[in-house]
Order: sequence, then structure tokens, then C-alpha cells
Amino acid sequence: MEKEQDDILQEHINSDYKYGFTTDIEQEFAPMGLNEDIVRFISAKKNEPEWMLNWRLQAFKAWQQMKQPQWQNVHFPEIDYQKIIYYAAPKKKKEIKSLDDIDPEIRETYDKLGIPIQEQKVLAGVAVDYVMDSESVITTFRAALKEKGVIFCSMSEAIREHADLVKKYLGTVVPTRDNYFAALNSAVFSDGSFVYIPKGVRCPMELSTYFRINAENTGQFERTLIIADDRSYVSYLEGCTAPTRDENQLHAAVVELVAMDSAEIKYSTVQNWYPGDKNGIGGVYNFVTKRGLCQGDSSKISWAQVETGSAITWKYPSCILKGDNSIGEFYSVAVTNNYQQADTGTKMIHIGKNTRSRIVSKGISAGKSQNSYRGLVKVAGTAENAYNFSQCDSLLIGDKCGAHTFPYLEIKNNTGKVEHEATTSKIGEDLMFYCNQRGLSDEEAVSMIVNGYCKEVFKHLPMEFAVEAQKLLDVSLEGSVG
Amino acid sequence: MLSIKNLDVRVEQKEILKGFNLQINPGEIHAIMGPNGTGKSTLASVLAGKNEYEVTGGEISYLGKDLLEMSPDERAREGVFLAFQYPVEIPGVSTTNFMKAAVNAKRKHLGLDPMDAKTFLQLLNEKRAIVELSREFTSRSLNEGFSGGEKKRNEIFQMAMLEPKLAILDETDSGLDIDALRIVANGVNQLRNKDNAFLVITHYQRLLNYIVPDFVHVMYGGRIVKSGGKELALQLEERGYDWIKEEVASLA
Repeated sequence: MEKEQDDILQEHINSDYKYGFTTDIEQEFAPMGLNEDIVRFISAKKNEPEWMLNWRLQAFKAWQQMKQPQWQNVHFPEIDYQKIIYYAAPKKKKEIKSLDDIDPEIRETYDKLGIPIQEQKVLAGVAVDYVMDSESVITTFRAALKEKGVIFCSMSEAIREHADLVKKYLGTVVPTRDNYFAALNSAVFSDGSFVYIPKGVRCPMELSTYFRINAENTGQFERTLIIADDRSYVSYLEGCTAPTRDENQLHAAVVELVAMDSAEIKYSTVQNWYPGDKNGIGGVYNFVTKRGLCQGDSSKISWAQVETGSAITWKYPSCILKGDNSIGEFYSVAVTNNYQQADTGTKMIHIGKNTRSRIVSKGISAGKSQNSYRGLVKVAGTAENAYNFSQCDSLLIGDKCGAHTFPYLEIKNNTGKVEHEATTSKIGEDLMFYCNQRGLSDEEAVSMIVNGYCKEVFKHLPMEFAVEAQKLLDVSLEGSVG
Repeated sequence: MLSIKNLDVRVEQKEILKGFNLQINPGEIHAIMGPNGTGKSTLASVLAGKNEYEVTGGEISYLGKDLLEMSPDERAREGVFLAFQYPVEIPGVSTTNFMKAAVNAKRKHLGLDPMDAKTFLQLLNEKRAIVELSREFTSRSLNEGFSGGEKKRNEIFQMAMLEPKLAILDETDSGLDIDALRIVANGVNQLRNKDNAFLVITHYQRLLNYIVPDFVHVMYGGRIVKSGGKELALQLEERGYDWIKEEVASLA
């Protein structure tokens, strides 16, 4: 590990956002704006059954009565929800039965993103679901997974093919009325991944979804649902990029995880949505609700995230520790540069007995950015002997950025233990000079120091992702020194 | 190799070096001694390029180039090494990783490919042995939780890894017990050859029993006031600095 991590440091990518290109493919869109007809349009496009349409329509009604939240420590102009296109998809030339049927333009897009759609070569045995705008393009390695009884497919397909599972779990962890963006997502969600791991199965490979926004003026509203049945295990990776555009694009996803008795879900994200340019023009608004339910006893849900992109990030991957002895973990690196704003953190809700949670958050602010950690640790009256450890560190690069920490504690049972540690540090001149004196340039020095600072989080990412994350960090902090 | 002429340096409006002169040739070891506050460490920092020092006059030529025109990292890649008096800690970055980055930064500068992992590890083990550091030290975060002596040995280890042309040791001996002192000196002696040079800044003659200098200079009031061979160090050990101060005063 040590060695590979180091190799990455040598391979610095010295470029701006390199995923900013657009794919020129024939697309079909929903008319701009949002009303009941659009919800019906999306549902019809996906050949959804009646129950799904009704579910969406109810969510839409709920959303209409809700107001966009204002409490976050981020600032942006009002979003006109009627100026957004809620459905965009690459026009299918024919039905995709195999990899050969994929539009060459789309293949090329994923090649450029460094994730070729080819089963033989794909990320050393990682099954990938490729989602472009509102539609899943293809999911690889399906046969191999099917042998083990693992279901890994697009959400659209799951609604058609695995209705019983979807009906049973969709909206149980993040209810449609949970918050403004969750309600919006429930009404118009496009595609995303669905995973079911049967009892006693250890998923034989890492599952991954790659989200790509391509179309202009389009929002991305994916929905992911992962169910790990008793004693099963799955590691899931999520990556995202978007083209460079002057206008802001909205991304409002919902992710729901359910872990049954003794099941474990590891969910890793490397979020690299377009962050806007150096003057803060453009960029993705990333308003995401991610929540895991440790339903069963001794279950475990672990979130690991590296957030480098988006103009605004507003996201709190959370764990509801319902089962006795269940464990929740949150490991996060959030980087902001230029005019980026991030308000991110987690919620650990202890309900079951002997539940444990661990939060390690590393915020890095550079340029004129603002980076906030917001975390809630809630211990219910029922949660005997709960234990939480939180560590929130902030690193400042330069003197025009800001770091903020908002920890919330709600403790209703005093048999437990809650520990909180927080630090704020700067990359001092002495440290820089020391690195310079060994021959490292300013950028190499910052990269090295920052990667060291994030090590505790990176070690919880799967290898492939750790590599990606370190490269991204370098790109994100480009121009933050000197 | 290094030629310093009439160097004037200020820190926050205060003159530290005044008309400083020094000539160092390849293969030489120069020791700089002197009482506290005479500008010894300032000299080391200026040579390495620390930016809070303002050079108000004079010039420094290093291997035919204007050293003052070069950034600190350029100087390092060109073979200037400073063993710090107070080495910093870098959490989460192992000494191994740090050295790999440094070695390869230098190689890149020289137009070479990065060193392959196997060769690098061989080099690491070989150099580690010189300063008697265990394997565990190089895999720990750089200097984090190291004792004073370990930090200084780590500096010499890094010097061995980077094989500088001009190595500046800034009071590397301060705070070292006799064993660590021997290890540090031994490191320097193993590295010295006809092509490189050392500038050893020290308070005490003790280190010079182990690292035998070709020249000993006494600094006082921001410049060198007396130079001699290794016997000058012994003289200073015996008589202290007062007679030098008196000499300077009588000349003024």
C-alpha cells in the first residue's frame, strides 16, 4: 500500500479539471420545467408500473408543499426549478444486449474518463454500472454476479424485474418527505443502481457505478438502493464527473442502504463533479441525501468519501444504528478550492444497544473557499452503552479560505460514551521550506503534506479508489500555493 | 564550488550578516564556529533560500551559478542540502515516501526516470545502515514522535540518500549524546569525497574530533573574523571566544 501510494505522488497530473469535455451524441430530452406531466413522462419513458408512477406523484405533491432549506452554511442564487430539464438520455439506436451494442461515442466518453467499458479490462474485476444523465448505459459482469445470486442492475430495470424488493425497501431509509431534495428526487429520479446481496453471500467483486452528467441544462437525480441480506458483504464504489459549463447544474441524488443481521456494506465515493472555474462561474450543485440503515443486529455500514468537486456540496451520509451491536463509520475528505463551498458531515443515530460509531472527517480549504463540517451524534434512550468517537480536522491553505465545524450532540442515554476531537491547522512556512529544501516544488510539497493528512481516510478506500482520490486531490489543489 | 562575497543580510530590518566572505572548494570540510547570535544559522538559512531573509548586498556563486536567483527547491535539486537544526514533523508521510519523492524530484531535474521500487529500497537500506536507523524508523511518519537524536540521524540519513554536492550541517551536534554524535559524524565521513563539500556549523569543538575539518572559521558580528586549520578549534575550546572578541575590538 505504502509503495503504491507513493507512486501516485510521482504521477502528478498537472492540469485543470480534465473531465470537462462533452460527448456529442443524439439525445432525447423531456421538455424543460417540472409539473405532473413531466413526472408522468419520466415514468412512461422507463416503462414503469402504475405503483411506481403513483409513488412518484405522491412525492411530487409533497415536494410542492416543501421549501428549500436555508440552514446550510452555503450561499447561492435561487434555483429556478422550471429552468431545468429533468430527463435526458442518450438515444438508443437499438436495444443493448452486449457490450458491442453500445454507441461508440459513449464508449469513447468512458474511455476518456479512464473507465473503459470492456469487461476483460475493467478495473481488475470490478463490476460497473455506467449511468449517463438519466439512463444507465450498461452494467458489466452480470453473469458472474448472477451465479452468486447477487442482483446488480440499473434502478429502472429493478423496478420492472425485482418489483417486490424495490417496493419493500424504496423510501424506507430516506422517506419521500425526508427533505426538499429527497422529495424532488423521489418525484423525478432517473437512474441509478440497485444491489441485492442474498443471505450469506460475500459479493465476489466490488460493485461500482459511474455517474456522468453530459447534457446541458440538465439535472441529475439518481437513486441508488443497496440491500445486504443476513451475513452478506458488499463493497460499492461511486464515481462522478460532469462537463465544464458556465451555468450551474443540479445534482440531487438519494442513496439508501439496508444492512440486515451481521451484514456489512462499505460504500465509497469519489465525487468529482465539475467545481466551477477559478472565478466561481459554473459548477454542479451537489445536494445529496445518503443514508444507511443498520437494520439487523451486528450489522455494519461504512461510508468513505472523497469530495473534491462541485461548486456546492451539501451532503451528510448517515447511519441509523437500529440493530443491537451495529456499527456505523464515516471517513471523509472534503476539499474546497477557489470559490467552492462545502457543508458536509454525517449523522450517527444510535438506537440499538451497544451500538458504536466512528467519524473521521478531514476538511481541506484553499483559495477563497468555505468548508464546513456538520455532524450529529444522537443517542436515543434505548441505546444502552453506545459509543461514538469523532475526529474533525481542518487544514487551511492560504489565508482567504474558511473552515467551520458544527458538531451537534443529542444524548438521551447516559450509559454511553461520546468523544470528540477537533483540530485546525495550517500548512506552515517551516513545513513548506523543509520540503522545498529536499527538492520538492510547492505543489509537490502541498500534495505530499495533504496526502499525509488524509492518510487515515484513504486507507479505508479500496485500492483503485485510493489511487484516484490522491490524483484528484492534487488536481483540486492546483494553484492553491505560490 | 561556493563563493560568498561581501554578503549583507537582514531579518526584519536587523543586519545579521555584514560583509561576509567565504570560499569553499570541492573535497573540503569547513567548520564555522562562534558565539551565540553571530549569524551562523542565518548563513545556513540564506544558503538554503529561506525567504524571510533579505539579502541587501553581495553575491553568492554556486557551481558557477547565481545561487540567490534560485528558488529553495531548485537549490536542493542542484545539490545543496541543509541538515536542519530543528527538523519538522510531517504527519502521515513516512520517511520512505518522503525520500522517494525527494530522490525522484532530483532525478526528474537531472532528466532521469523515477527510480524503480527495488533499486530505491536497496538504496534506502544501504543508507539507513550508515546512520544505524532501524527499518521501523523509515516507515514511521517523518520525525513524528522521534527523539532529538533520532531526528538528527534522520537528517544525516536524508543527506546520504540525496548525495548533495554541498551539505550544510546546522548545529547537528547540539543535543546529541556521544553515541549519536559518533553515528552522525560517521555518516558524514562515509559520504565525504573529492567532489563534495561540507559546511559544518557548530558551537563545540567536540564534533570536530570526529569530523576533521580542513578549515575552521570563527564568526563574530556577522562575518568571519578568524580562519585557520583544525588546531584553531582546539584553541577555541581551551580559551573560549573572549580573546577573539578582544582581537576584533582592538582592530576596530
